[in-house]
Amino acid sequence: MINNKIHEPLFHLTKRTTGGSKRAWALRAIAFAVSVLVCGIVTIIIVAVNNEQLSQAGRYFEEYSFEQYFLDFGEGVFGSPRTIWNLFQETAILLIIALAVTPCFKMKFWNIGGEGQVLMGGLGAAIVIRFMMGKGYSDGLIIFLSLLLAIGLGVAWAVVPALFKAKWNTNETLLTLMMNYIAVCLVSFFVAKNPTAGSNTIFFDKGGTIPPIGPQEFVGKEFVLFIIAAAVITTIMAIYLKYSKHGYEVAVVGESPNTAKYVGINTKAVIIRTLVLCGVLCGITGFLLVSAKDFSLREDTVGGRGFTGVLISWLGQFNPIFMVVTSFLVVFIQRGSAKVATYQAFGTSYPSVMAGIFFFFIIAVEFFVNYKFVFREDIQAKIDAFNEKVKLTLSKNKKVEEAPPVVHIQAGEEQKEEPAQDVVEEPASVEESVKEEK
Amino acid sequence: MKAIELVGITKTFGSIHANQDINLDVEKGEILSLLGENGSGKTTLMNMLSGIYFPDAGHIFVDGKEVLIKSPIDAFKNRIGMVHQHFKLVDIFTAADNIILGEKMPPFSIREKSQELRLQAANEISALGENLDEEAKKKAISKINNKRNLKICALPFVKFGKAVAFNYLPRTRAKRLQAIADQYGFDIDLKKKVYEMSVSEKQTVEIIKVLYRGADKLILDEPTAVLTPQEIQKLFAVMRKMRESGKSIIIITHKLNEVMEISDRVAVLRKGKYIGTVKTSETSEKELTEMMVGEKVDLNIARELPIDPQPRLVVEGLTVRNKDGLHAIEDVSFTVNGGEIFGVAGIAGNGQKELLEGIAGLQPVESGSIIFYNPKENKPVTFFHNDLKQIKKKAEMGMFHYPDGTPVDLKGKSAKEITRLVNEEQILYYENEVIDLNKRTPREIQELGIKLSFVPEDRLHMGLVGNMSIIDNMMLRSYRKGKSIFVNRKKPKALADKIIDDLGVVTPSDMTPVRRLSGGNVQKVLVGREISSSPKVLMSAYPVRGLDVNSSYLIYNLLNEQKARNTAVVYVGEDLDVLIALCDRIMVLCGGKVSAIVDARNVTKEQLGLLMTKMPETVERYDYNVAPQQEETKEEEKNND
Repeated sequence: MINNKIHEPLFHLTKRTTGGSKRAWALRAIAFAVSVLVCGIVTIIIVAVNNEQLSQAGRYFEEYSFEQYFLDFGEGVFGSPRTIWNLFQETAILLIIALAVTPCFKMKFWNIGGEGQVLMGGLGAAIVIRFMMGKGYSDGLIIFLSLLLAIGLGVAWAVVPALFKAKWNTNETLLTLMMNYIAVCLVSFFVAKNPTAGSNTIFFDKGGTIPPIGPQEFVGKEFVLFIIAAAVITTIMAIYLKYSKHGYEVAVVGESPNTAKYVGINTKAVIIRTLVLCGVLCGITGFLLVSAKDFSLREDTVGGRGFTGVLISWLGQFNPIFMVVTSFLVVFIQRGSAKVATYQAFGTSYPSVMAGIFFFFIIAVEFFVNYKFVFREDIQAKIDAFNEKVKLTLSKNKKVEEAPPVVHIQAGEEQKEEPAQDVVEEPASVEESVKEEK
Repeated sequence: MKAIELVGITKTFGSIHANQDINLDVEKGEILSLLGENGSGKTTLMNMLSGIYFPDAGHIFVDGKEVLIKSPIDAFKNRIGMVHQHFKLVDIFTAADNIILGEKMPPFSIREKSQELRLQAANEISALGENLDEEAKKKAISKINNKRNLKICALPFVKFGKAVAFNYLPRTRAKRLQAIADQYGFDIDLKKKVYEMSVSEKQTVEIIKVLYRGADKLILDEPTAVLTPQEIQKLFAVMRKMRESGKSIIIITHKLNEVMEISDRVAVLRKGKYIGTVKTSETSEKELTEMMVGEKVDLNIARELPIDPQPRLVVEGLTVRNKDGLHAIEDVSFTVNGGEIFGVAGIAGNGQKELLEGIAGLQPVESGSIIFYNPKENKPVTFFHNDLKQIKKKAEMGMFHYPDGTPVDLKGKSAKEITRLVNEEQILYYENEVIDLNKRTPREIQELGIKLSFVPEDRLHMGLVGNMSIIDNMMLRSYRKGKSIFVNRKKPKALADKIIDDLGVVTPSDMTPVRRLSGGNVQKVLVGREISSSPKVLMSAYPVRGLDVNSSYLIYNLLNEQKARNTAVVYVGEDLDVLIALCDRIMVLCGGKVSAIVDARNVTKEQLGLLMTKMPETVERYDYNVAPQQEETKEEEKNND
C-alpha cells in the first residue's frame, strides 16, 4: 500500500462553519487596534529616519515619541468641537457614496464609477448656480434646479453602463471606470471655460447655495445638513435592501442569476432600476458637496471618495449599519493621520498610506474570520501537548490575569504574520506569548 | 509489457465510494473501452490517472514501474494525456499556439554546464601530445583555458538567448506541428483560430496537444458525445492509426455500437465497482448491457394505477438547440397525463435538461409546440391570464357557462358588468383551457402551475439562492403578490416552518442560509416549496441525486402524493431501478431523440439500457387506452388557431 500520510501537508485550510459573530467582531476590533498601532510604528520610523538626515545636515530637529504621536492623532480627531463636527461630516459624505454603490454590489454589478457619478452631480449643480447666481433669481429656485440637474447628470452617468450591460452584456467595471475620466475632463473643461479668480476652481459666492442650518451660536451648524442626509439615506437604504421587494430582487439577481431567470425576474429592468437609484444618490452627494460644503467646483471636488466608498461598502459587507462604523473608522484614521502629517510636514500622501495600512489589516482579518487551520494529526497532537503544558504552568502562576491589554494586541498582530501557527484557534497561544514576555 | 496497470484503486468523497478496489490494465497498442452508467466512477478513475485526484488507496503502474501521480505534471512525465469532455483552449489563439502554450524551456543549469565545460577542457589538456615541448604545451594549455573561460562567461547570455528564442514564436510553427497532424491523419488547419472552429476541430486540437507533449497513453473522455457520425468515423480512423503506432488508448463512452466498433477490450464499471473486462470480439451488446446495469433490485416503492389519466401536457416536434448551436432535443413528441408519473430515462447530457428548460420557458425553443391543457372545467374565469377582449372572444366561441349551466352571452354587456361577473366568479369554463406555452414567459408558465424542481448539481444555482435563509427562499415564487412595496415574510415563514416539520428538514433554524444545509435537506426545501403551491405539472430532474436512502424515499412519496392529486409528474432519473419501480410510463431519450415510450410495469433494465445507448429501428410509443377526448381537444385547438 502507498503510504499517503507522507503526502499530507502540514496543515490545510477549511471554511469555518461554526463560531459565533462575537469571535468575528473581537477579531476585527483587534485588527483595528493593531492597524492603529502599526500606523504609529511606521510613523515613528519615518520620523527617526528623517531626524537622522536632519542631524547629519546639522539642522534643527525634534525627537518624536509614541505618546506624542497619539496626542497628535487624537488632536486631529477630537481636538476641538470643529474637528469633531468635521469628522462626522466627512463620515457622512463617505457613507452616502458607499450607500449609493451598495445595491449595485449586492447585485454583483461592479460599479466603480461612484467618483464620476458624484462629480457629474457636482457639475450639474455648478452649471445651474454659475448661470443663475447673482441675476435676481431666488435662492430656493436655484437650489431646487441645481439639485434637479445634479440628480439628472448623476443618473445619466450611472445608467449608461447599466444600459450597455443589460443590452449587450458589456463589462460594467471597465465602463464605469472610464466614465470617471470623462467626468473629470468635462469638469475641467467647464472650469476652464468659466474661470473665477484665475484659478482652476469655480467659486460660488453670490448666493444660490445652501446656508448652514441651526441657530447662530451653534458651532457645527454648517455640518448638520450632511449628517441629517446621511442618517435619512442610511435608514431608507437599510429598509430598502432588507424589506422591500426591490431589495429582494436585487439580492436574488446578485446571488443567483439563474434562479432570478427561473422565477421570472426581469434582470435587465432590475439592473437599470438599481443603477438609477445609485445615480440619484450620487447626484445628491455631488449637489451637497458643491452647494453646501465647498461652494466651489474643482476636478478633485470628490477627491477619491468615490473609490473609498466602494471599499467601505465591501468592508461593511453591504450592510448599511455596518457601513456607518467602517466609514467612521476610515475617516478617523485619515483625519488623525492628516494632523500628524501637518505637524511633521509629511505631505498629503501620508494619510492615504495610513488608510492603506488600516485597510490591509481589516481585510486580512476576514481571512481568519472565515477560515480555520486544520493540522495534520501528528502536528495537532504536538500542539495539544504543548497547550496542556502551558495550561499547567499557567495554573501555577495566576499572575497572568493581570497582564496589560497591550499584550493581547501584540498577540493579534502575530496572527497576521505567522499564519502557520495556530494562534487563532488556541486561546492558549495568547498566553504563550505572555509567557515569552515574562 | 502493460502500458498502464491499476491495482486496488479506491477513492471516496465523503461517504460516497466513487471507486472501490478497481483493477484495470491496458496493453501497448490497444484501445480499451471503459463502459458504465452515469455515476459509475469512470471519470473519477481517469482523473486519478491524469493527476487531478489522488487515490485513497491502490497502486498505479506505468510501463511496469509503480508511479505516484500527484499532479497533471506527473501524468505528463509518465506520458499520460487526457482529453477532457470540456475543452480547455484559448479561444483567440490559433490551434498551433494552443498546442505549444505552456511548454516549458528544457532545464539548463549554468553551474552544471560550466562544470561540464571544465571537464571537457581538462580532457583536452590531458589529451595533448607528449611530444610537445614545454613552451608549446603551455601555449596550448592557456589557449584551451582561455577558450573555456570565455565559454563559461558566455553561459548566462546563452541561457538568456535560448529563453528569448523560445519565447519568440517562429512563423513556421504551424507547419512544424502539421507534421504530427499528418502522421496520424488529422484533417485540420493549425493556423485557424479556435473560436472559428467546430467542436470536432477543437477536439482534434486537444488530441494533437496531448500527442505533441509526448503522450503515448491517451485517455479520451466521451469524445464522441459532441460529434456527428461522419466526424466519429474520422476520429476512429485516427485512433486506429495511433494504435498501429503503438499508442494505448482508453476511451470512455456510453454508446455500445461504438464500443463494439473501435475497442479491443471493454472494461465495465458499475456503481464504483469493477465488474470485469471482456474481449470485444467475444462479447455482445446484450452481455455488455447486462454487465453495465446489473441485477434487478426490488425497491418496494408504492405505485398506484393512474386514476383517470387525461392529457395535461402535449409536446409535439419539440426542437431545442444548446449553447454550442447543436440540437440538444430534436423532434421530440410525447404526452404527459394528469395523475401519472412520467419517467424520462437517458444517459446524462442527452437533452433532459434542455427538454425541461424548454418546457419551462427558460430556453428558447426552435420549433415545435408545447400545449398545456389547463384543468379549468367548471372553474371560474379570472383576469389573471385573460384580458377583457380575450374573455369576450372566448365567450363568443361558446367556451363559458353560468353556474346554472346556461351558456354565457356577453353581447351588449358593458365592460363594467363583465368585470363584475368575472370577479364574482359567475362565468365558468365548459372545458379545459388550451394554452400554447411556446409564447409565454417563464413567469407566466410557472403561474399556470407548471413547476420545475431542478437538478441537484444546479440546486443552489437554479431554484434556490444559497446565501438566503430558508424563509427568503420560500418567497422566491410568491414575493410579488400584493401591492405593497415591502415583502411580507409572515406567510413564507409559516410555509418554511411547515416544510421543516412535515419533511423533517434538519436545520438549526428557519433563518439558516440554504447553502449550509446538506444536499438532502436542500432538496426537501426545494421540492417542498414547489409542491406547496399545488402545481398542475411538476417536473423534477434527478431529484434524489446525492440523497441518502431515507430522503430519497421521502421524495418518492411526495411525488406519489402529487400523482394522487391528479398532477402530471415528470421524473427525470438516472437509476433505472427507481425509474422502473416509481414511474407509470418511461420515455427513453437517446441523442436528443425519443427512442421509445414504454410501459414501466412491463419493461426490464436491459431493454432500457439498450434503448438508452442505441436508437431502435422502430420507435415504440406506449400510451394508455387513449381517451377519445384527446382528439376532440386537438380539434378544438385547431379551431382556436
